[in-house]
Amino acid sequence: MANKATIVTDPDPIFGKLTWDSIPFYDPIILTTALVVIMVGAGVVGAILYYGKLRYLWEEWLTSVDHKKIGIMYIIAAFIMLIRGFSDALLMRSQQALAVSDSSGVGYLPPEHYDQIFTAHGVIMIFFVAMPLIVGLMNLVVPLQIGARDVAFPFLNSLSFWLFVVGAMLVNASLFIGEFAATGWLAYPPLSGLEYSPWVGVDYWLWALQISGIGTLLSGVNFFVTIIRMRAPGMTLMKMPVFTWTSLCANVLIILAFPILTVTITLLTLDRYLGTNFFTNDLGGNQMMYVNLIWAWGHPEVYILILPAFGIFSEVTATFSRKRLFGYTSFIWATVCIMVLSFIVWLHHFFTMGAGASVNAFFGIATMVISIPTGVKIFNWLFTMYKGRVKFDSPMWWTCSFLITFTIGGMTGVMLAIPAANFVLHNSLFLVAHFHNVIIGGALFGYFAGLTYWFPKATGFKLNETLGKWAAGLWTVGFFLAFMPLYVLGFMGMTRRLNYYDNPTWNTWLLIAGAGALIILIAICVQFYQVFASIRDRKKNLDVTGDPWGGRTLEWATSSPPPFYNFARTPHVMDRDQFQYLKDHDLAFKQPAEYERIHMPKNTWAGIVIAVLSGIMGFAMVWHIWWLAIVSTAAMIVAFIVYNFQRSKDYYVEVEEIERIENSYFEQLNHIENNDLSNDTNEVSKPGHSLSITA
Amino acid sequence: MGNNAQSHGGAAHGTVKEYIVGLILSIVLTAIPFAVVMNGGVSSGLTLVLILLCAIAQVFVQLVFFLHMNTSSEQIWNTTSAVFIVLIVAIVVLGSIWIMQHLNHNMLMGH
Repeated sequence: MANKATIVTDPDPIFGKLTWDSIPFYDPIILTTALVVIMVGAGVVGAILYYGKLRYLWEEWLTSVDHKKIGIMYIIAAFIMLIRGFSDALLMRSQQALAVSDSSGVGYLPPEHYDQIFTAHGVIMIFFVAMPLIVGLMNLVVPLQIGARDVAFPFLNSLSFWLFVVGAMLVNASLFIGEFAATGWLAYPPLSGLEYSPWVGVDYWLWALQISGIGTLLSGVNFFVTIIRMRAPGMTLMKMPVFTWTSLCANVLIILAFPILTVTITLLTLDRYLGTNFFTNDLGGNQMMYVNLIWAWGHPEVYILILPAFGIFSEVTATFSRKRLFGYTSFIWATVCIMVLSFIVWLHHFFTMGAGASVNAFFGIATMVISIPTGVKIFNWLFTMYKGRVKFDSPMWWTCSFLITFTIGGMTGVMLAIPAANFVLHNSLFLVAHFHNVIIGGALFGYFAGLTYWFPKATGFKLNETLGKWAAGLWTVGFFLAFMPLYVLGFMGMTRRLNYYDNPTWNTWLLIAGAGALIILIAICVQFYQVFASIRDRKKNLDVTGDPWGGRTLEWATSSPPPFYNFARTPHVMDRDQFQYLKDHDLAFKQPAEYERIHMPKNTWAGIVIAVLSGIMGFAMVWHIWWLAIVSTAAMIVAFIVYNFQRSKDYYVEVEEIERIENSYFEQLNHIENNDLSNDTNEVSKPGHSLSITA
Repeated sequence: MGNNAQSHGGAAHGTVKEYIVGLILSIVLTAIPFAVVMNGGVSSGLTLVLILLCAIAQVFVQLVFFLHMNTSSEQIWNTTSAVFIVLIVAIVVLGSIWIMQHLNHNMLMGH
């Protein structure tokens, strides 16, 4: 809402550009949202204080370096941001359903608000929903799958998480204090330059992405080292579970791609703050270089999102088909090929910018080539199911829905990869339909499958199956209803990001798309109710064995939720599906004769403190409050030094405590063993008895 | 390869012989360009080629003899990562130059 009056050109030495006019009191939508958020926030804080849980929260969660807790916090944060991002989607769908100019005028959102909404929707869904979901699942699962006690750098993991939270908070703050970028989610200059975006919207974008992007980069390094160095003895690379493999490749992409984002954003920051001319219109600036660089990061980014989802589908398909994954080796090589190929296709995001035939042809062909290893994977999953004893639990619903949806998305992707066709389809709703098709029907369905699959591991009880199937079904129907019309509209010539339009023939399709969005709304409500109902009825869905689905990999070889040290004895890996191997040889669920004390990292305040200081620094930079930026940066450095001089960062878990925890787990197991028959209806898998056939 | 959580890789130490060979090689590779430039007997094109070749050789000598990059099981990850990073950086840099050269030409930048 960059009213000319609210733009302060000469920042105050104390408050910078921040004035009372910066808060959008005049906008009823934003004001109501602000009041609701403040009331809910106050309610949550009040409840924490009332029940005296502040110390518990601080000691057990906020300062935790336990990868499982950090993973859970990532996922909770992602769902909170999903509410925000999806609200933006509903606003856009309703605006476009109404905004045909010959009926009811031009909708209810003024252009400058609408532009911020589509920008925020894209930024939030990619950086603050999809990324935390996948990093959260990696946190939860990867150390367990490789038999490690934690990640390689536990403090860094906590810092990464809090940097991400701070980035998300900056985006949310922009809703109520100032404005958000109105530039589209990648903020192309010159629109994002100082000349055309003079107020704070783009600055919020810059600092939110910079801070959370550095968090992601640290995560990438952390998980790469964890997977390379901390696998259990015997787990050679080709015995690694598939999800760990795809996570490894995603982390390689993070390490190589995110620095490009950091540098590109830094250059734009310099343009806006110090008056350099990297991407300006004149004085030698070249905004096409920005587009080139941001997509050199942006394309690997989409594979960072999708590769781990492929891993999840592989784990789910193998478990519920009761077979080994078909063609493990081909799957791994396909993943590695995608990892490399994802770096030679970035131009397909801007075929129309003016490169010549040779460049466009090269990148078009490279893009089509990348669909080959992806196709290989589809067959891996299909042949895993073929002649398997497939059990259709809700993770399998997501997987089957994915197979169909993602194949359609893949085919429209190949259409877009033809440079000649791209000149027609570029920036149309066809493109919007395509990337939602692969991100929702590919990545997001994968995350939901993974969340359902690993939920009992994280919490100790399963999610409600019936509601899970309803959610999967509604999401699928809603998705097709919401996005297939956009393909049609793209062919009819409708471009993306339209605030209003004067072609009445588009309206019917947009109404159908709006109805689809409402079905997705119901699906999301079902998911939230599913979590609520499952917590309420957790006694009925308890996972006492640690292996509720008949899993095949190591994460199921410990209790649910796992003890904070994961495994009392580090497992020795003999087989690719190690836990299945143990069950087949009647070696699973056996209590070891003796324990050794375990070396563990201590919780630390440093992650959250440094991240919050970086958030203050970001906010100060957005509003040009220089003194605060200097003070908070200095405080960050001091906090880091103080943390580094702390002597006791780790401790030993004594044998007595391990024995106590392990004994209670094995007592539970023996209890089930004795009540075998009575428990059959509960679908609790019996320890030591394998239901599966190994192919 | 990193199967053992207790092993600390990435810090292999070379032998005295390795360091001496490395030192001699890098001195030779530094001396050649200096000699060529100071004697001035070679054409300027050939001088440039010689300097470039010596510089590239110098990089490899330092990587192998001082950073101990090789294909031993302790070092294979460092070597693989380095090769992969060089590959990706080359793709991004050369690709960007190629793309920008096209755009520059077609968009008549600066004309």
